[in-house]
Amino acid sequence: MLKGYVNRIIPFSFVDGPGNRSAVFLQGCDFSCKYCHNPETINMCSGCGRCVELCPRGALTLSKEGIKWNSGLCAFCDRCLKVCSYNSSPRVRTMTMEQVFEEIREALPFIEGITVSGGECTKQNGFVTELFREAHAFGKTAFADTNGETDFRSIPELTKEMDKAMLDIKSSDAREHIMLTGSSNETVIENARYLASIGKLYEIRTVVVPGFLDNFRTVDFASRLIAPYPEVRYKLIRFRKWGVRGPLEEFPVPDDSVMEPLKELALKNGVKIVEVI
Amino acid sequence: MDTGCHLPAKGMQRGNQMNDLMRILKDPKLTYRQRLFSLSKAAENIGEPVKLSEKAQRFADCGIIYDMGEGNTPYCPRYVVPDYDKFLKQGSKFLMLAPPSDIWEAVSNLQIIYHHVPSVIGLPVYIGHLDRLLEPYIADEKEARRAIRMLLTHVDRTVSDSFCHCDIGPYDTRAGRIILELTEEMQRPVPNMSLIYNEKTPDEFALRAISAGLTASKPSFVNDGMYSAEWGESYAVVSCYNVLPIGGGGLTLGRLNLKKLADASISREQLMNELLPDAVLAQCEQMDKRESFIIDECRFFENSFLAAEELIYPERFVGMFGLVGLAECVNKTLGATAQEKRYGHCEQANAFGEEIIDRIDKLVSRYKPKHGKFYLHGQVGISSDEGVTPNTRIPVGEEPDLPTHLMVTARMQKKFPCGIGDIFPFEATAKRNPKAVLDIIKGAFSMNMRYLSFYSSDSDVIRISGYLVKRSDILKYKEGKAVLSNSASLGSEAAGNLHAFERKVRSSDDA
Ligand code: SF4
Ligand code: SF4
Repeated sequence: MLKGYVNRIIPFSFVDGPGNRSAVFLQGCDFSCKYCHNPETINMCSGCGRCVELCPRGALTLSKEGIKWNSGLCAFCDRCLKVCSYNSSPRVRTMTMEQVFEEIREALPFIEGITVSGGECTKQNGFVTELFREAHAFGKTAFADTNGETDFRSIPELTKEMDKAMLDIKSSDAREHIMLTGSSNETVIENARYLASIGKLYEIRTVVVPGFLDNFRTVDFASRLIAPYPEVRYKLIRFRKWGVRGPLEEFPVPDDSVMEPLKELALKNGVKIVEVI
Repeated sequence: MDTGCHLPAKGMQRGNQMNDLMRILKDPKLTYRQRLFSLSKAAENIGEPVKLSEKAQRFADCGIIYDMGEGNTPYCPRYVVPDYDKFLKQGSKFLMLAPPSDIWEAVSNLQIIYHHVPSVIGLPVYIGHLDRLLEPYIADEKEARRAIRMLLTHVDRTVSDSFCHCDIGPYDTRAGRIILELTEEMQRPVPNMSLIYNEKTPDEFALRAISAGLTASKPSFVNDGMYSAEWGESYAVVSCYNVLPIGGGGLTLGRLNLKKLADASISREQLMNELLPDAVLAQCEQMDKRESFIIDECRFFENSFLAAEELIYPERFVGMFGLVGLAECVNKTLGATAQEKRYGHCEQANAFGEEIIDRIDKLVSRYKPKHGKFYLHGQVGISSDEGVTPNTRIPVGEEPDLPTHLMVTARMQKKFPCGIGDIFPFEATAKRNPKAVLDIIKGAFSMNMRYLSFYSSDSDVIRISGYLVKRSDILKYKEGKAVLSNSASLGSEAAGNLHAFERKVRSSDDA
């Protein structure tokens, strides 16, 4: 039985795809975006033990097998996340597909489907494929929220079991993309084309950070890319500093005077559904 | 109206009666209409209350059973639900109205008949299944929009009471769409509104209704599958969420206060084997006698053109056996103090709650009143209630996670053919994803939840217990300004006592 590293599970989410969904956040991501909202999902725990002493509830213990988290004692104060300099979390759980579904069992009658998010879900593609298969067995839809770092052609099993993906196009420019995430955008853009062409792209998103990214260029490029596929939506996300660490911590939230022209641009380029949040 | 607002104390001494009347006459806080209404209620209360057996009277005296301030000498049914569909088809001899030939005449005929529909609030608590009524008269959509806006405005400004209720659905119609659009646009609390929902309701129409609900806190969703199995197709949702047969209505509403009952009991056994059966019987007796008074002594049906023209039938009237405070009753009786042992959170507590409802249901359905039959109704509370949770709800502030909350609610709503409902405020993100709310409604209805109301946490119009008020009106009322809606005063009181503003807002992070 495959196991996955689960950062957390939200039984009801209104913001992770169409309808009401259970969102499963996995641990581990190869990008390290400067505006990451949940940097504690990026790396696996190194077992350094630093958070153990700082936990006010004694919910953490360190043994040979690594860190152990006692959810019953935890106050969810997030102190452990703040002190971890590895961008990790001691609250990550190793779970089987059955355990994940046991946890969302009560939510199942009320949801349209599940969304696997992250971290980056394609890093654990075998586990995710199992989650998707099980979701379908319950008559639910299966969505992936992905950064597009893995070529979906190289993971055909997952691609087959997945209904649709929500994909970030963070920047259309390779250099800017590297500056922002530490990786190139080649595969991301290839994935956008491929997933759209097989009808498995639900939405693309771009986080707008004026003064830091060339948002206009990216939105222009990305909207042209998806325009031939009228069902694909474009979500333009205002940068918000919540959870962000590092140089962007003090950047302001862009207002409508920034967002509206970008929305108009996407519409002008032929995208049918553009949402600003 | 589920409250005794503006009512002078019952059984007032004759010497005080004149003083009380004068107080109403001179009360500067009351408008002319409110004085008129209060005077008529005071007159009703000059007579002695309908005589009860000694045992039943004891339950009444300590407030375990309550006649809902309907008046000592009731002379009309609490809720009248005329067959407006028939009225539009046949016109009315008594009102000298021909059947309408266009939408303006239809709207005008309705506005006229509303003035002649009796109820406990002196104003209609049901104004019809509006989309079904008006759809046949739509020739031009623009014109229809104007006519329907006029009707809704008329009702809002003249009835001005959120217990006035209209129904729409289950089908997608032009009239239905216009009503939903106007609901969003007008942002008024009156009329209250329900969407009869079943598997034939197209998602697109349901989503429009949800969008309206997230901006204007109405319509609520009705699980048609449950109600049509009990009443057939011809039922209406009226007042808060009372469900009654069309062409009939509800004769009286009695209310069993389960919290007070538990306070009076010494053990679970005594509660279940002695107090509960006695209290149920007492309430049935009170309802029975009051109903006989309306029908046999006041001969309501004999001087009603609604009955003469067969817009109502005496045999389609029922009695509403209301109850409140199940949560408190369960917690008190089980001595449950720790949250995980309490009603809504613990299987034992929930099972006990279900047992109580089942027992009441058995006792009530066994009772044979002189007129009609009695059915359970999950009463929504009155504005002066303190520490008593409406019907079978989980107390505000103790809500478990949303999936559990929905499941417990559905489980407890099974035995209430005369209506029961619960309310869920959603966070504003739902507005961008109304499908999420539809998923929740579909899930809840598949588990036999009967009725679900919702609003968005950032709305101005919000639901207090079953009726709607504008937050801004409550603020105005609190500042001492006169407002049109009767419900603002109730809302102001109830918002405090029922903690309506403190309900747990349902959000994405709701685990
Ligand atoms: S959130 Fe982290 S630090 Fe806080 S109680 Fe839980 S384990 Fe301890
Ligand atoms: S979670 Fe972070 S701080 Fe805690 S043991 Fe792991 S790496 Fe160290």
